[in-house]
Amino acid sequence: MSLLEIDNVTLRFGGVVAVNKVSFSVEEGEVFALVGPNGAGKSTLFNLVSRIYDPVEGDIRFDGKSILDKAPHEMARLGIARTFQNIELFEQATVLQNLLVGRHRHRKGNLVNELLFTPFVRQEERRHREAVEKVIDFLDLQAYRDKYIAGLPYGVRKVVEMGRALAIEPRLLLLDEPASGLSVEETQDVAFWVEDIKSQMGVTVLMVEHDMHLVSAVSDRVLALADGKALALGTAHEVQNHPKVIEAYIGVSDPHQKVVA
Amino acid sequence: MRTVFKTSYDADINLFRHGAQAAWYLALLALALVLPVLLDVFLLGEVTNMLIWAIAGMGLMVLVGQSGQASLGHAAFLAIGCYANVLLQERLGLPFIVSFPLAGLIAGFAGVLLAIPTARLHGIYLAIATLAIAILTDDIIVLAEPLTGGVTGLMTPTISMFGLEIDRYVTPDRFYWLVLLVVVLTVLVYRNLLRAPLGRAFAAVRDSEVSAQAMGVNVARTKATAFGISTAITGLAGALMGHFAGVFNNETFSIIISIQLLLMIVIGGLGSIHGAFFGAIVVALLPQAIALSRDFIGGLLGTGSMAIPGLESAVFGVILILFILFEPTGIYGRWVKIRTYFELFPFYRRDMFRRQKSYLKTERLR
Ligand SMILES: Nc1ncnc2c1ncn2[C@@H]1O[C@H](COP(=O)(O)OP(=O)(O)O)[C@@H](O)[C@H]1O
Ligand SMILES: [Mg+2]
Repeated sequence: MSLLEIDNVTLRFGGVVAVNKVSFSVEEGEVFALVGPNGAGKSTLFNLVSRIYDPVEGDIRFDGKSILDKAPHEMARLGIARTFQNIELFEQATVLQNLLVGRHRHRKGNLVNELLFTPFVRQEERRHREAVEKVIDFLDLQAYRDKYIAGLPYGVRKVVEMGRALAIEPRLLLLDEPASGLSVEETQDVAFWVEDIKSQMGVTVLMVEHDMHLVSAVSDRVLALADGKALALGTAHEVQNHPKVIEAYIGVSDPHQKVVA
Repeated sequence: MRTVFKTSYDADINLFRHGAQAAWYLALLALALVLPVLLDVFLLGEVTNMLIWAIAGMGLMVLVGQSGQASLGHAAFLAIGCYANVLLQERLGLPFIVSFPLAGLIAGFAGVLLAIPTARLHGIYLAIATLAIAILTDDIIVLAEPLTGGVTGLMTPTISMFGLEIDRYVTPDRFYWLVLLVVVLTVLVYRNLLRAPLGRAFAAVRDSEVSAQAMGVNVARTKATAFGISTAITGLAGALMGHFAGVFNNETFSIIISIQLLLMIVIGGLGSIHGAFFGAIVVALLPQAIALSRDFIGGLLGTGSMAIPGLESAVFGVILILFILFEPTGIYGRWVKIRTYFELFPFYRRDMFRRQKSYLKTERLR
């Protein structure tokens, strides 16, 4: 059984069909990439999986069960974590606090014992902190632990957002353009991290990315979208050379070239 | 600058950041405890008033500073706390020690009820909705005359607790200590909130609802919880205000009080406990400062002192505008800067607190 199944899903915004009868499934343990020109509907697909939008037709299943009867905040508890294309961090909080919010789904305290800060709550805080420190070590964020997000450079914010999603300890990680706006070296880091997330943490990754080098380096399978429709599914190489995909990128004759967002 | 070498995670979890900080706050508490010996009755009353405002300020601060929701209706919850406390004592014969926490619970419950329909409102719309509640509460107090005494109002009974009579006029020092106790407990609860997952959920909802949701935070429920905690604390402040004033009616909790409360925490510094206290000091000192300067100017001009209606609100408004223009982080923000200046002297840089441009400027691999 696939971990995530997108089954004939459609979503319209007024006259725009952002996602048009798209079907695909993501297997447990793979890195699955979505590529396509801007406006193809990639982020909208993420928002559908996050339950921000209701599809007008089709079904979305996670671990075999439909998620369409669930609220957006229940996704984290199921084990679905995500990042946003235009970074959505908690600006007036520190890096550490941002990562700790990722632990919310593991919260065991309640209103009363947290306001009294009982020894149980303290014990839980230590546990959350240990989990978060692992993420900090993994992503090399030690230097930024107590820094406020509002003052951080773009590249660091991108990493913090990924860390916050990892703090959830998800089964499925959705990364929306994790390397956009990053330097070549930083993109290289993202490639290593995605590989480790898959192989060491055993987390399944669904990723939107324009940088075809990164996509080829890390993904097992790639789905190309354009105008809300699925065009081609296969390995990075197969998809890049698919005639329909080349057509969709008119003006970008060399699909290996980084498509600017 | 003090560099705290953290040797365990508890350093970030504890009530105080380091030993010296704990010592400072304990010294402050000790001073607060002996204050009735040091001050005369009038000044002690002023300090008591300031502390009650600080409790109310903390109540609103939880909502505005922590969960990012504006309210222009908090006078309503001061009123609910105040009337509930007195009515429970007078009508049901409950002792203060029961009626007081119950008043807080009732105000908190009312806050949750308000939060359910307003969960989707933001910013100015939420402010208007809460303002409407304050106006409505004012009307209800007038209409429910058999219970509330209408415009005539009610008198607060003398508190008796553990065989002690506590009255603002008869035993001002006891009343002061009672208020101080509530202040300390409120600060503790507030601090606990800030270091617990709930406080982080508040910050998450404040800074980005969509990603709070993605982290598994139930936004509507978190907002309602913030309203509940906020209005419960505000209700307790209202109950104390009633005992402080002796008599009160619907006018005691007018719209002006709601606005003053909001201005107070903005001037004090949004998002910090300190801010509530700094703001309360301004609110408590302002009438005295205005009276003094009015006498002074009157003396200079030889006109004697005259009353100018609305002067207090006007001065308050001017102060607020000056803060928004020159120090949006409030008195607390200014205080942090001054402290840092002295800690780093002579190495302070002018742009130390300026935000970095975040776009495409990366230093992670430097
Ligand atoms: N909230 C929205 N309201 C209206 N139109 C939207 C909204 N979100 C996305 N769209 C439209 O849906 C299409 C797909 O957008 P999106 O999923 O963001 O594309 P991308 O593949 O670049 O991530 C675009 O035409 C976009 O304008
Ligand atoms: Mg997108």
